[in-house]
This record gives sequence, structure tokens and C-alpha cells, in this order.
Amino acid sequence: MTNQDNCDIKKNTVDDKLFKVKYVPDEESHLRPDQQKCLLCDTKACTYFCPANVYEWDEENKRLIVGHENCLECGACRIACTHKCIEWEYPKGTRGVTFKQG
Amino acid sequence: MKNKTDVIIVGGGPAGISAAVTLARAGKEVIVIERGSFSGSKNVFGGAIYVQPTNEIFPDFEKSAPIERKTVTHKYIMCTPKESIEASFVEREAEANSYSVIRAKFDRWMAQEAQKEGVVLVTETLVKELIVKENKVIGVKTELEEYFADIVILADGVNSLLAKQIGLRKEIKPKDVALGVKEVIKLSKEKIEDRFNLQEGEGAIYELMGDPMLGMLGLGYLYTNNETISIGLGISLETLAEKKLKPYELLDKLKEHPSLKPLLKDGELIEYSAHLIPEGGYKKVPKLYSDGVMVVGDSAMFVNNLHWEGTNLAMISGKLAGETAIVALDKKDFSANTLALYQKKLENSFIMKDLKTYKNLMDIIHTRAKSFLGYYPEKIAEFFKMFTAVDSIPKRQKYHGFIKSIFKDRSISELFKDAWALLRLVLGVLR
Repeated sequence: MTNQDNCDIKKNTVDDKLFKVKYVPDEESHLRPDQQKCLLCDTKACTYFCPANVYEWDEENKRLIVGHENCLECGACRIACTHKCIEWEYPKGTRGVTFKQG
Repeated sequence: MKNKTDVIIVGGGPAGISAAVTLARAGKEVIVIERGSFSGSKNVFGGAIYVQPTNEIFPDFEKSAPIERKTVTHKYIMCTPKESIEASFVEREAEANSYSVIRAKFDRWMAQEAQKEGVVLVTETLVKELIVKENKVIGVKTELEEYFADIVILADGVNSLLAKQIGLRKEIKPKDVALGVKEVIKLSKEKIEDRFNLQEGEGAIYELMGDPMLGMLGLGYLYTNNETISIGLGISLETLAEKKLKPYELLDKLKEHPSLKPLLKDGELIEYSAHLIPEGGYKKVPKLYSDGVMVVGDSAMFVNNLHWEGTNLAMISGKLAGETAIVALDKKDFSANTLALYQKKLENSFIMKDLKTYKNLMDIIHTRAKSFLGYYPEKIAEFFKMFTAVDSIPKRQKYHGFIKSIFKDRSISELFKDAWALLRLVLGVLR
């Protein structure tokens, strides 16, 4: 198995998990990192600890991609962002995740 | 005044609903504003609810609430990468102490019961900010409207942006919370009962420590529901961020552990979720009241991490806030002076007493995590491996070898620090 295969399997795992969650995403993101600070950030910790894999660093465009549609609204990114630069709100009342089990 | 009521409660979880029914039963007007489509839709826990505290809010709830399995087995498991050391406490014939539940079903039931008693529940509505006039909280602003009340109770969960807005809480630090990830896995009733040694309606709670969180501040859990298993882990957010770990990968590793994998065989994932768990304990409890406002449940960081108690602290703190609000409404005095009664009630209850008992727990464990949660599980496994091996080596030689190895791989000063930390922990709890 190549390294690439390993990565794909790992990514599929979280995507498979997220597939089992009910969402009504909003068009606008309720998560707004300060992209200037993201550029200078040397940890990119959010791309690791987010349980929903919302954040991905786009090396080509030097931007943090925010997949807010997958957000589980836990709040970890607001608190543990290395630069505390994520503007964090709950999604609108009619949007976001709905847990059927919780 | 239009849009005015006695009490507005932000958040329709266990804390908010408990406060609400307490008020409704005393004839007060109360509105609960919940941002999810139903109570429980934005909540996550292990987990189980506890009978006695739940009875305080909804007497005889066992007759009509959606409960899953009555806990008869508590199992404590220490995991190394390939082994586990397990200790079970089983009581089949005792009265129920706790039941596993599904939050989305149980919270929803609680809210429906509350509505039957006159609580007005508004869902799918986010409270964006508190309305403050001359330092007093007089209402809330949602995305569409402003609502006014004599008292606002904040039951809006661990993140409580509202408690932060009015300065009752500072922003949380990663050290103060654990990030929990969870999977609900479908498994037939028969398989659950066979694999966990349960009879119909009986349930097990497994507490897991060690691998994959070996040496880190984290715990795993497993609860049996009627036809599903709840499995998850919580790990200190500070640790996750520092070590750049992905929580769902840790969860996958946990499920792959040789001692747990067979329990989950043929299971089907039906939901994945994540949530923050307050971990700061007594030292991180915010200011709990001010003019016109009180804070309950997770918003007040009311979680007992050692015992995995959160829903009971939420329910009872909600009830105590409700009782305080009744007094304030009758006196027509909503100032901090009157609402201070809430803090008094908390301090006289198990809530503050338990939080105080364990107030140094997290700090001590933080400093000794590598040993308590890493080295000792591995050493204990090594002991059992040695003790059970039948290999024609004389026993005394093996015992001597084991004891020597402890002193070899752990300096005397480290052993002393471990013993000292354990002593401090025990004395802190007992004194």
C-alpha cells in the first residue's frame, strides 16, 4: 500500500463518519478565520484537532479552506486556534447540524 | 410591554428545561429559547442519566421517558497498545441508579413534558446577544426580535458566548475543556446482550483509559443502549492541539484495540458527533449571577470529570436557579443581591461541594498524566503478563526482575513525585 493509499483511507474514514450526520448548511460560513494570520501560522493546528475536518490548508493558493457545512459546532477551533483568530458564531437557528442520537 | 415574560431561558437542554419546569410549576411565565430544531438536537454526551436527580425534576420519569438500559455493570479498563486490565462491578438486583439514554430522544421528551406543564418552547431560534440596561440583563435579542424578561437564565452550554458577553466568563482556554468525539453504532439486541453479558433491559458502562490516549489526558467510554452502542473518547483540547492529533483517528484506534474490536464486530455506524466537555472544575466556574441573570449547567462549567457527572449537575443547578428566580419574582427584586441565593443554594448542594472536593484533580493529573495515564497502565500490564506467564522461570526470580525494572525505568525522584501526587489527590478529596 502506498503512502497515498494510506492517506486516502484516513480521509475516507472521517468523510464516512460525517456522511452519517444530518446537516442543513447555510450559504454563508459561520466560521471566519483571519486569513492574514493563517498565512503566518506555523502550526495549522485547526487542520488537525477539528473533529469534522472543516479546515484544510490549501498550499497552492495559500488559503485556509473552511468547509463550514461539516461543522459539528463544538467550539474547539475558537478556543484552540493558535492565533485565536477565528470569528466564531453559532449558525442561524434553522441551520447547522441536527443530532438524531447525540 | 410587548414580548415581556417573567423568565427567559436560553438553551433547551437538561439545565434549561429543569429551570423551566421549576418555574412553571410555581405559576411563573417562562419561555425557553432553543437554537436547535428540537431540544437535544445540538447536544452530545456519553452517556447515562441518573435516577435520583432526574426524579427530582420529573418524578416517575421511568414510566414514560425514553430510557434505554438500566446500568448493572460498571467496567474500568486500562489499555496498553495490545492488552487490557479490566475490573468490573456488577449489581443485577439493585434498584436502578442510572439508565443509558439517547440525548436527542431524552431531551426532546423532557422538553415535551415541560411544555405540558406550561413552559413555552421556541425552537430554531438563536439568541445573538443579551440586552443589558444600566448593568442589568433585561432581555435577549434573537435574529428576528427582542424579548424582555425580569430574569434571564443562561443554559446555553459549554461555549456560552452570552456569559462571556456580559463578563461573567472569560474565554475558555484549551486546558479547560476536553474535546469529545462519539459514534453511535447499531448492533442487534441479542449481540449486545451476548457480548456484554446482559439480560434484557440491562446495560453496561465501560470506562477506558490508556491507549490510544496513553500518557495523555483523555478517557474513553462505551455505553450500551437498547440496540446501539455509544462509544467515544474525550481528550484535553490542549493536548490535541499541541500534539496535532486528529480526534477521529484516536477514536478509530480505540475501536481497533484488540480487547474492544470483537465487541463492535458487525456494527453499523449510524451517527458521528463531537462536543466540548468542561474540564476546568471548581477553579473555572464563572461568576454565576448578576443583576437579572443566572448561569446553569455546562454554561457554568458544572461537570464532575472523575465521575462523569454533567447531566445531573445541569438538572439540579437548573432547579436551584428556578427556585431562586421564584423568590426574586415574588419579591419583585431581580438584583444580584437577591439572586445571590442561587450561589448559596449551590454551595449547600452536592454541586459545589463535589466540585470543591475535586478542585485540584485536573491540575494534579495534568502534571502527572504521563505516569498515571501512561507508565502505570503499561507497568500493571507487564506485571500481569509476568504473573500469568508459565515459562519454567522460577517465580521469585521473575518478581525480583519486575521490581528491579520499576527502579530501573523510573528514577526514585519520579516515583516519589508520583506517590506525592497520589497522596495529594486522596487527601484533597477526603479532607
